Amino acid sequence: MSAHLKVNPIMCEAHGLCAELLPELIRLDDWGYPILDQSEVPPELLGLARRAADACPTLALILEERDR
Amino acid sequence: MGAIAAAGPPGLPRLLAGLGTAGATMTLAEHHAVHGPLPSISSTRLIEVLGHSGLRGRGGADFPTATKLRAVAERRGGSSLVVNGSETEPASSKDRLLLARLPHMVLDGAVLAARAVGAGTVIVKIGDGTPSVLRALEGAVAVRSDDRISFEIVVGPEGYVTGEETAVLHYLARGVAKPTFVPPRPYERGLRGRPTLIQNPETLSQMALIARFGSDWFRELGSDHDPGSALVTISGAVKTPGVYELAFGTSMNDLLAAAGGPTEPLQALLVGGYFGTWVRASQALRLRLSRQDLHSVGCALGSGVLIALGESACGLHESARVIDYLAEQSAGQCGPCVHGLAAIADSVGALADGVAHPQELKRVLRWTAEVRGRGACHHPDGAARFVESALSVFGDELEHHRRERCWAPPAGLPLGGVVEGAREASR
Repeated sequence: MSAHLKVNPIMCEAHGLCAELLPELIRLDDWGYPILDQSEVPPELLGLARRAADACPTLALILEERDR
Repeated sequence: MGAIAAAGPPGLPRLLAGLGTAGATMTLAEHHAVHGPLPSISSTRLIEVLGHSGLRGRGGADFPTATKLRAVAERRGGSSLVVNGSETEPASSKDRLLLARLPHMVLDGAVLAARAVGAGTVIVKIGDGTPSVLRALEGAVAVRSDDRISFEIVVGPEGYVTGEETAVLHYLARGVAKPTFVPPRPYERGLRGRPTLIQNPETLSQMALIARFGSDWFRELGSDHDPGSALVTISGAVKTPGVYELAFGTSMNDLLAAAGGPTEPLQALLVGGYFGTWVRASQALRLRLSRQDLHSVGCALGSGVLIALGESACGLHESARVIDYLAEQSAGQCGPCVHGLAAIADSVGALADGVAHPQELKRVLRWTAEVRGRGACHHPDGAARFVESALSVFGDELEHHRRERCWAPPAGLPLGGVVEGAREASR
């Protein structure tokens, strides 16, 4: 299993919840839009990453989980 | 493998052969007299010949045409063929030239591509700022009765990002000329959920000739890595700006000479248009028109745009105007593009005017790095690349601008319109 974070930039409205919930992989730019860590989500952060994706008010944050 | 016809016409011009200087549109009869009729060729054979020719897309993405065709052909089932005639890069005129003056060349290619992917309709999408293109296309479509393909011409709004592939499809499907968030890619799922092939008019025109004369003929010009000819729109400090057809491998000096030569000593060249890269003249003049040469200085040919900047102009102010334009042209959908490009444009303006905070350069470069890859389309990436190259090539002048006012006259780079006084010729 491998997982990556993605954001749909058209949907994102800079609520910033994702960076609150997952500061390990997400920081905000000067206007409040998320900058994602592009590398694979480490297993110990998968739960938090799922929570961040679920909490996004516009469902712009996507956690892509793939079987290897 | 390769040649279909025994021999094609030698040398240049190829695409622009038979193009008079009077500005008239070539009729179907004239087109056939110059190039011969469109041969019938199977889908498999066409893709094979295109593969052997090494033709790559001329809309800017530089993707192997055969691979793209094959991807759509394999998915079949009601696929569509779209000719992307938007040409929204302000410094490019080649697609408008082809559509307005040589519409049958483009339509030949479109018919071939449509048949190859099993599409029954060719949709030609153009911008609303060029009535001559619309007239030429309508006239051309009206006399093409033997193609067993129906043609549809769709006129959409102008604007830098409206020509982006997903924006074209979005406009055709829903009337909204803005990019969408991909995937799926158009070749997987495009119009009406069907695999859709989108091609640039020059790519289709090259295809129309390759189908006639074969891949060996195509490769007679250029090199193994960069075969064939290309249309290049040359503007800026040259005597006769316009669209020129040149062989790959042509030296930058010969390219400029094709456009009458420089009007003054040059300081830099912008290669690839406004998503492209500034290169110092001393470095640029050693280059040839080849992917390898251009990549070596961090450029790509893009849609074939070359802008010469004379010594008398100010690269910083010219670049500030371009990034202002690019920021304005954001589709307004993605935060990093809307806010990032506006801030970058303000900063570059302040740097050019010599009124920026000492830390401003560092801040702009952080922003250009941060906006990359964070839009639905590549608009922020292209704008960021442009700004980074401007600040690198003209960076030495920042200090000078801080100390005294720069009085350089505007160079009049094309922004939001066709190249002034564009001519067509080939060499």
